[in-house]
Amino acid sequence: MSTLVLLLVTGVGLGALYFLVASGLSLIYGLMGVLNFAHGSFLTLGAYAGWEVSRRMSDGSWLSLVLSLVVGAAVGALVAIATELLLIRRLYERHVEQVLVTVGLALATVALFDGIWGTDAVYVSGPAWLDETSGVLGAQIPHDRFLLIGVAVAVLLGIVAFLRFTRFGLVIRAGVENRSMVTALGIDVRMAFTVVFAIGGAAAGIGGVLASQYFGYVSPQLGASLLIFAFIVTVIGGLGSLLGAAIASLAVAVLQQLANFYASGTGDLVVVLLLAAVLLVRPSGLMGARA
Amino acid sequence: MSTRPVLVVRGLTARIAGQQVLEDVSLEVPARGVTALLGRNGVGKTSTLKALMGLIERSGTIELDGEPVDRLATHKVVQRGVGYVPEDREVFGSLTVAENLRLAERSGGRGGRHGVSPERRELVGDLFPDIIDRSSQRAGTLSGGQQQMVALARALLNENRLLLVDEPTKGLSPRLVGEVTDALEKAAQVVPVLLVEQNLTVARRLAGDAVVLDGGRVVHAGPAADLLDDESRVVALLGVGGEPGQSQSQHQSQHQSQDQSQDQSQHQSQQHDTAEATS
Amino acid sequence: MSTSTTPPTSREDDRPATTRGQHGDSHRAATPGGDGASRTRRRLVEPVAGLVLLVVLAVLPLLNLSIPGVLPGATYTPGTLQLLALCLLFASLALTYHVLFGITGLLSFGHALYLAVGAYGLGIVLERTGLGLLPAMVVTLVLGIAVATLLGAVSLRVSGISFAMVTLAFAQAGSVLIRRNPSITGGEESLPLTTDHVPAALVGVIHTRNLYWVALALLVLVLVLVTWFERSRAGHVAAATRENELRVRVLGMRPYPVQLLAFVVGAGLAVVVGMVYLLLNSGVTPRVASADFTLTILVVVVLGGLGSRWGAVVGGIVYTLLDHRLTALASSDTVEQLPALLRVPLSEPLFLLGTLFVLVVLFVPGGLVGLGTRLADGVRGRRGSTADGAA
Ligand SMILES: Nc1ncnc2c1ncn2[C@@H]1O[C@H](COP(=O)(O)OP(=O)(O)O)[C@@H](O)[C@H]1O
Ligand SMILES: [Mg+2]
Repeated sequence: MSTLVLLLVTGVGLGALYFLVASGLSLIYGLMGVLNFAHGSFLTLGAYAGWEVSRRMSDGSWLSLVLSLVVGAAVGALVAIATELLLIRRLYERHVEQVLVTVGLALATVALFDGIWGTDAVYVSGPAWLDETSGVLGAQIPHDRFLLIGVAVAVLLGIVAFLRFTRFGLVIRAGVENRSMVTALGIDVRMAFTVVFAIGGAAAGIGGVLASQYFGYVSPQLGASLLIFAFIVTVIGGLGSLLGAAIASLAVAVLQQLANFYASGTGDLVVVLLLAAVLLVRPSGLMGARA
Repeated sequence: MSTRPVLVVRGLTARIAGQQVLEDVSLEVPARGVTALLGRNGVGKTSTLKALMGLIERSGTIELDGEPVDRLATHKVVQRGVGYVPEDREVFGSLTVAENLRLAERSGGRGGRHGVSPERRELVGDLFPDIIDRSSQRAGTLSGGQQQMVALARALLNENRLLLVDEPTKGLSPRLVGEVTDALEKAAQVVPVLLVEQNLTVARRLAGDAVVLDGGRVVHAGPAADLLDDESRVVALLGVGGEPGQSQSQHQSQHQSQDQSQDQSQHQSQQHDTAEATS
Repeated sequence: MSTSTTPPTSREDDRPATTRGQHGDSHRAATPGGDGASRTRRRLVEPVAGLVLLVVLAVLPLLNLSIPGVLPGATYTPGTLQLLALCLLFASLALTYHVLFGITGLLSFGHALYLAVGAYGLGIVLERTGLGLLPAMVVTLVLGIAVATLLGAVSLRVSGISFAMVTLAFAQAGSVLIRRNPSITGGEESLPLTTDHVPAALVGVIHTRNLYWVALALLVLVLVLVTWFERSRAGHVAAATRENELRVRVLGMRPYPVQLLAFVVGAGLAVVVGMVYLLLNSGVTPRVASADFTLTILVVVVLGGLGSRWGAVVGGIVYTLLDHRLTALASSDTVEQLPALLRVPLSEPLFLLGTLFVLVVLFVPGGLVGLGTRLADGVRGRRGSTADGAA
């Protein structure tokens, strides 16, 4: 029982990380039809930026963690905005080229991270509280899980509120449904492109800082390894659906944890099998409107 | 000033997915009243409106009130004062009615700094009380007629120089056709309209002028009444027989069967899919 | 929409785009009479040039040529031959990917999986069974085709971007399987080639020359098969689905079987390339199954010129040489002494390649081959446009 609780909470925590990556991917794809391969690099860069902050503060305080998160989000957002303005926008409506450009960017940036921070992982520490545990239903749950879940929920609520209550949010929701009609109402939808890239980049940057807390390190490959699961999550959830991404993140991560524990480390394979099963039954994903 | 046409189009050509759909369209829209754009299915009426909007690849000259707009992006064309009511409505089904309308409100331009003027709000409220009552309902759950009213309201909220309206009565019941026609008639008193319409009774009631397309070209232009009263020309140019009244009912039943066989919202999303896939 | 509202489109436009002539040809079609002549000429030029190139490549190991800055040594030395063979292998691999992406428009992010299936499959079969090289290759190929058919059938349930992600996920699963089963695959370490049943002429550094010829033969084989596929009816339908899937459906054809065929052909050929890769390198590491490796194949195809067979070949060769040279540059003393701002990027070959790739996508749409064609056309244009008509 206590093992199960631990696995479930850990799964939800991991799901929170997947969601932070997948939410941006899904929004960007939903609005622009762009698959952003460089999204993992936004995450990695956010993680390194957060590490640089906490290294300079070197006190393991909450202030340092909060500052890391803020800086990680800001760096992620800025790089994402630059990507959209300098690379994606030039290739407006040429979806294959847009994917290719982000592939090139992903290759180049991972190599650059190698060069700057070295191929070896750098170790990250946070407030001591995160390493402690608390008893929940008989299980000893490490506190970092709560941090992941809390921040991801906050980000989810923040994005939902943004989409619901701002004009940009309105434009984005409408654009996901029918982009050309948005322009036919006199709205320059490209502004919304930059905004979703910024949101996605910020979420990824936050995800990077959290991932480095959770795993205890940052490496140039950090983003890429999470990105693959985020891709799986977005396809299972339904491309373009934020809610689908949230549900699929949880399902995938929990399943992965359970399979890793009860079926001798087969978590990654089970997740891919789940993907195949979903595609066979429902090619458009759980919440996807279009096939 | 009323003598100058609001829209002058010369040698408009357009392509969809690399395929030429307009060969050479030249037409003028007078600065008042309704101008009907007629023609058989697939001759390029919708493509003409989309080309004017910059929604598909186009070339040729388009002048709005004497200013060229043929190189402008779609949203800039709209900001110059063009309202668009697309074929099949294209309301945002996942948004509420109020959100659909809020999205359409333009600030700046001819609408003034404060977005929509009180008169316009009043006009829309008078014309479409039904949808104002349903403002918190999701547009995807509205009936076809109600969706059409949302689509018209989106265009009427702003002060435009010209409205482009594409088959607003398509798939509607006779009662709703009447309501939409009334609304268009009132709208046409404040803004000139270029109207694509297959229902010839509606076209006859509203239109002062008519332009007929065939094979991506203009094959006739002149007063609407002259054309629509001349049965042999109607048959020759539009391919429909008999009295305008009869042809109306013919079209009506055709549209209706289409409407019934397909769920509205599904129809909507299919439209969108097609557009996505080819873009 | 009911189909009755759509009038029949003109015959001209129903033809798949490829039958209208490749790439640079299309604008020349405007010259009356020039089209046929230049196309016939091109039909002749391609095989003749190809044959000359083939002969040159075949005798390379017998010559003592040096190209400083490009090749590490004279062409007869094993090190250089190894690099050249790798070039040819990469060209073959790029060609197999051309079948998917270039011809059929399937953006797969899991193509490296099939190279890995070939290399690991053959390695494991040779190690665990007493089969000779050829039977072992046949077993591996059958296995690889089975895997490709199964995964292709599932992945092709979705299209476009979803397809890209799903193929990536499957390849990732393959990579995990390899890394997690060290007793079978060697895990993170390499799986060495078991040479017991491999002909001695294909083993060892002294026989690199033979392996080079095998790689060359493989490239010719793959080139011929890919050309054949591209010109077949299936190839034309595949190209049509790439141009406009919707229209293919409207014409009453189902894209799925043709896409699956293209997927299996491309993957099957990649399996064969993987087997030769194992022989050439006397082993294989899990790097060939990584997502990075798939992306590298994509980079190669786009770098050379998307949609063109020769683009894939040129891309494979140029990429391999570039990768080799940049790696050498990265560890050179000149770079070591640079200030950090320059040293860091220059010492990362993948950074330079990634950046180059981005620049090519942004500014050189046709890749290297497209660039070459445009330059050649420019020269020809200046010599006078009557040449075409007179020919
Ligand atoms: N998405 C599309 N792809 C290819 N051809 C299209 C597309 N949409 C319309 N067409 C073609 O363009 C022509 C004109 O269509 P349209 O402007 O919709 O006609 P109308 O509105 O007069 O019925 C038709 O021949 C139609 O087949
Ligand atoms: Mg139409």
